[in-house]
Amino acid sequence: MALAQILFLIVAALGVLAGLMVVTVRNLLHAALWLIVALFAVAVLFAMLDAGFLAVIQVVIYIGAIAILIIFAIMLTRREALTAGPQDNRLWPVAGTLCALVFLGLAWSASNFAGAQSGPAKLPASDALVALGTALVSPDQYVVPFEVASVLLLAALIGSVAIAGDRNPSK
Amino acid sequence: MIQPGDLIASLGSWLQRFLLSLGLAPSLVSLGVALLPAILLPVISLMTAIPLIWLERKWVARLQDRIGPNRVGPFGVFQVFADMVKIFTKEDLIPQGADKIIFSLAPVLAMAGVIGVWAVLPFAADVYGVNLNVGALYVIAVGTFGMLAILLAGWSSNNKYALLGAYRAVAQLISYEVPMVLTLLVPVMLAGSMGLNDIVRAQGNGWFVFLAPLAAIIFMIAAQAEVGRAPFDLLEAESELVAGFNIEYSGMKFGFFYVAEFLHSFTFGALGATFFLGGWLGPGSETFPMLGVVYFLIKSFAVYFVFVWTRGTFPRIRIDQMINLSWKLLTPASLGLVALIAVVHRATQATPPLLQAVVLLGANLFVFFCALLVMRSMGRMARERSTAPRPGSGSGKTTDPGQGAVARPASASGD
Repeated sequence: MALAQILFLIVAALGVLAGLMVVTVRNLLHAALWLIVALFAVAVLFAMLDAGFLAVIQVVIYIGAIAILIIFAIMLTRREALTAGPQDNRLWPVAGTLCALVFLGLAWSASNFAGAQSGPAKLPASDALVALGTALVSPDQYVVPFEVASVLLLAALIGSVAIAGDRNPSK
Repeated sequence: MIQPGDLIASLGSWLQRFLLSLGLAPSLVSLGVALLPAILLPVISLMTAIPLIWLERKWVARLQDRIGPNRVGPFGVFQVFADMVKIFTKEDLIPQGADKIIFSLAPVLAMAGVIGVWAVLPFAADVYGVNLNVGALYVIAVGTFGMLAILLAGWSSNNKYALLGAYRAVAQLISYEVPMVLTLLVPVMLAGSMGLNDIVRAQGNGWFVFLAPLAAIIFMIAAQAEVGRAPFDLLEAESELVAGFNIEYSGMKFGFFYVAEFLHSFTFGALGATFFLGGWLGPGSETFPMLGVVYFLIKSFAVYFVFVWTRGTFPRIRIDQMINLSWKLLTPASLGLVALIAVVHRATQATPPLLQAVVLLGANLFVFFCALLVMRSMGRMARERSTAPRPGSGSGKTTDPGQGAVARPASASGD
């Protein structure tokens, strides 16, 4: 238990540090790399909570797809990945206040959460992955959100083809 | 105490008892016994690269009617060690204007992306790093680090050829990851699990290469492209890119990329053996797990040999042909295969296994011939277009008749 707590603290601290670095470093590419570290720390947290599937999905989607996309976008659009301009604007006190409020609210609700004191609950012995799969397609659970999300993604796919496709095929 | 059949487990428990008898704290001992394989596995996988490099150079040399390394030691077996000494004594250059940290991080990531896969490989019934219930997905996830490494290596070198090489490499890796993931779904569906050891166990009635040969073929092609070797070695097309993304690397940093490539190829061989050839399964492998390791290695080397064979035989294809092959042929074929196998497998669940295998095989052949027909008609269309006189645009582009479907230039594929 103690070892798990130490590991959690290390990983959580790394995640927070990486998150801070994302918004403070001047080199955009370094920011993207720190983002990968932050996302990876979240994946490790998932793995420590016995959510192996979510951990792997986090790596596949966020690091494998989104982070690579961000890096590609930076490399293709910028000559210099260094930004010389100011890193904040005059609205930063407002944003800071909002962030502090959200943090306080989350901290308050987390401290009221009964499970916060007792450690992670024991998972049932059955395969969590199978449970997730059946939950996604059973009518009395999540089949409707799942299908709606599928339709949304399909619409996005067709839309991207329509936008990127050749408007004038006879040319 | 030590049984010959269960060597690894008995060794572990013997080590645990030995350390406890020395008077160490039990928690420390269990931590050490858990850490030991975690350290041993990467070391063993790295050591595997040494014979692999010699073997592959020898194989390719024989395929190309050469002799290969034959100066250092008998049959040149110590050539790799000579190369290692050479590569260690080379100067470690970091180009001017390079991003030093990222430049040094990229080779490490490239290696990590390969070695990470070994954590889930089942070498025998009870010899594996961990039997993750999401093993197949984990393999894909770890592979993304290799992609990241190539991109970072190309960018941080501060060299436009390196960056260009990295772009092409990542375009290739992303394209071929799609059919690879889709074909990996087929064994996952047939086994009903994503854990690699469960997939191996599910092949007790018949290896998946017989139930889904088309998936195995697409996996082989995609794996060859993921590793970036001939005929897909555009990453280092020396006539265009000088040397690809790793042009600025020297010494052991280059060695990391080099070793990672060889190891990656063998790792895909091991994955192919696990997913399609029944992994450690074989006569007597349940009672004597160490026998399973032998079967696993034989099968892995068999698949690996096919990779090397392909590499030594086929000429390099053009980048547009390569991207076309993935997106226009392999991806639709594997999508159709996944859909068809899902339906057929479900529909024939109650039938005897032999009939089910025959029906699955038929489904594979159906998709295969559909793909062939589409390829043929596309090739014919491309040939007609290239031979017909076109006003305005220069029709100097002639396509290879045999590969018409994938040989069309990307600019002509808008319709």
